[in-house]
Amino acid sequence: MRLLVKTFLQKPELAAVLLLVLLIVLFQVLSNGIFLSAANLRGVLGLLPEMALVAVGVTLLMICGEFDLSVGSVFALMPMSMAVLMAQGWPFLPSVLVGLMLCAAIGFANGWLTIRFAIPSFITTLGMLFMARSLTVVISGGFPPRLDLERIPEHLFVAFVGPGELIRASFLWFLGLALVVSLLLSRTNFGNWVRATGGFLPAANAMGIPTARVKIACFMICSLLAGFAGMIQVLRVGSPLPSMGEGMELAAVAAAVIGGTVLTGGIGSILGGIIGAVLIRVIDNGLVLSRVDSNWFKFAIGALTILAVVGNAWLRKRGRAMKVEG
Amino acid sequence: MTDAFRKAKDPVISVRNLHKWYSGVHALRGVSLDFERNEAVGLVGDNGAGKSTLISILSGLHAPDEGEVLVDGRPVRMKGPRDAMDQGIETIYQYNSMVPSMSIARNLFIGREPLKASFLGLGILDEARMRAESVAAIADVDLHLRSPDAMVGELSGGQRQGVAIARAMHFKSKVLILDEPTNHLSVKETNKVIGFVKSLAAQKVTGIFISHNMHHVFACCDRVVAMAQGRVVLDRRIGETSIEEVHEVL
Repeated sequence: MRLLVKTFLQKPELAAVLLLVLLIVLFQVLSNGIFLSAANLRGVLGLLPEMALVAVGVTLLMICGEFDLSVGSVFALMPMSMAVLMAQGWPFLPSVLVGLMLCAAIGFANGWLTIRFAIPSFITTLGMLFMARSLTVVISGGFPPRLDLERIPEHLFVAFVGPGELIRASFLWFLGLALVVSLLLSRTNFGNWVRATGGFLPAANAMGIPTARVKIACFMICSLLAGFAGMIQVLRVGSPLPSMGEGMELAAVAAAVIGGTVLTGGIGSILGGIIGAVLIRVIDNGLVLSRVDSNWFKFAIGALTILAVVGNAWLRKRGRAMKVEG
Repeated sequence: MTDAFRKAKDPVISVRNLHKWYSGVHALRGVSLDFERNEAVGLVGDNGAGKSTLISILSGLHAPDEGEVLVDGRPVRMKGPRDAMDQGIETIYQYNSMVPSMSIARNLFIGREPLKASFLGLGILDEARMRAESVAAIADVDLHLRSPDAMVGELSGGQRQGVAIARAMHFKSKVLILDEPTNHLSVKETNKVIGFVKSLAAQKVTGIFISHNMHHVFACCDRVVAMAQGRVVLDRRIGETSIEEVHEVL
């Protein structure tokens, strides 16, 4: 029993789960029961996949011990390149594939530069943040192209589906991808290498893990997820804006950290990152429903980030200190 | 040029005329050695004598700039730690090659995970087997730990060293390199490690034991090799020398 409690206390996402439950109850009361109504849940869940997919990638990369600040820019560049190609007459699928290949290339560049020149990924991806954003504006030519919605299989991505049309198709994409990444991390040898690489790099190297390749793979997965998430947003909105996704890199880091991922790598879970993203969505929506001035949103996210990290550290320490029969 | 050195009849590892430079520093200056099968060799020397460089070459972390390494008499070129492990050379590093944030079972199999199904080298972990085998491996080295799921970061220094030893033994190594394994250990734990090095010959494993502490080396090794300034300066059977003599040459 004590062992169970101990294991539970050491779960990295525990603090975030507790906060989430607390906030849902709070907003449900403050909004006079509107928060958990079907109509509002549709809104919350409809927008969630975009942010959450980015958070999934960033969480994976952070567990591997690296950072990606360029996800917000990649979030904009992928759909912009897709839209530009489509405006020139390309069909939908090839345009998506080219966009995703671009993301993979950016992820590869982030990882390769970081490792080859032994510089912090904070710097590499900060550079990439500006470069990818600039590219987005350049290829748009100043005029964001309109998407020809006739040529897009919308029902596959953004149409409302499910019981009571509660969720969008994008939510299923998100669930599927999150599950794949989560299983990759927890159930495969690759996941073991990711944790070892982020947990203690010298040991991972000494045990013969190809740490450079593991890191580059994580950078690429992170970029691909960010680009795919951007595409979903554009399919929902109908037109890519060069400024979309600005600030998303930090929100994604906040989501990962709120969900228990440790900045130095090795510790964290994909589920935690998702819960972090849900928390951010819940606060965004809950504040509006509770008629709080929406300018308080960022304040709340900031306070939450600090609170969650302090809470996590405390819970983990309590869990560690708990004695169980040796 | 190769100096005269103590040749072995049936060496498991031999090195010939090894040279290594680190950013302008000549760390190894023509080292030639034979390691006899099932023998425990103590490698001693001051900091910067070249012990760690020699070890990092034997364990595949670095490649020599000159000279060759032979395993079972055949020249080998090791491109990474994995190649060394595949040759049956396991290393227990001074800084401890364990990831504190991972469980014992996961640590035991880092890089060599048993898989249930795999494709192109990636696959699904066989977690049941990892846990069962790590319990057995730890019991084999006389260590008692409550669960293979405990985080390595929660173990004491001696327990961690025990897990590292269990890992090396589990993979049926023929050569076990122990890089300062008694650092930061209590007297009791140190004695356990020394007893373990003594027992290696019976398990048909060659031991290379690096230490600062001459008493530890003399307590468990068959032979002592002393290094200074990138060269081997003494190579004797334990019975043919004394702690004083080794100190003398260092």
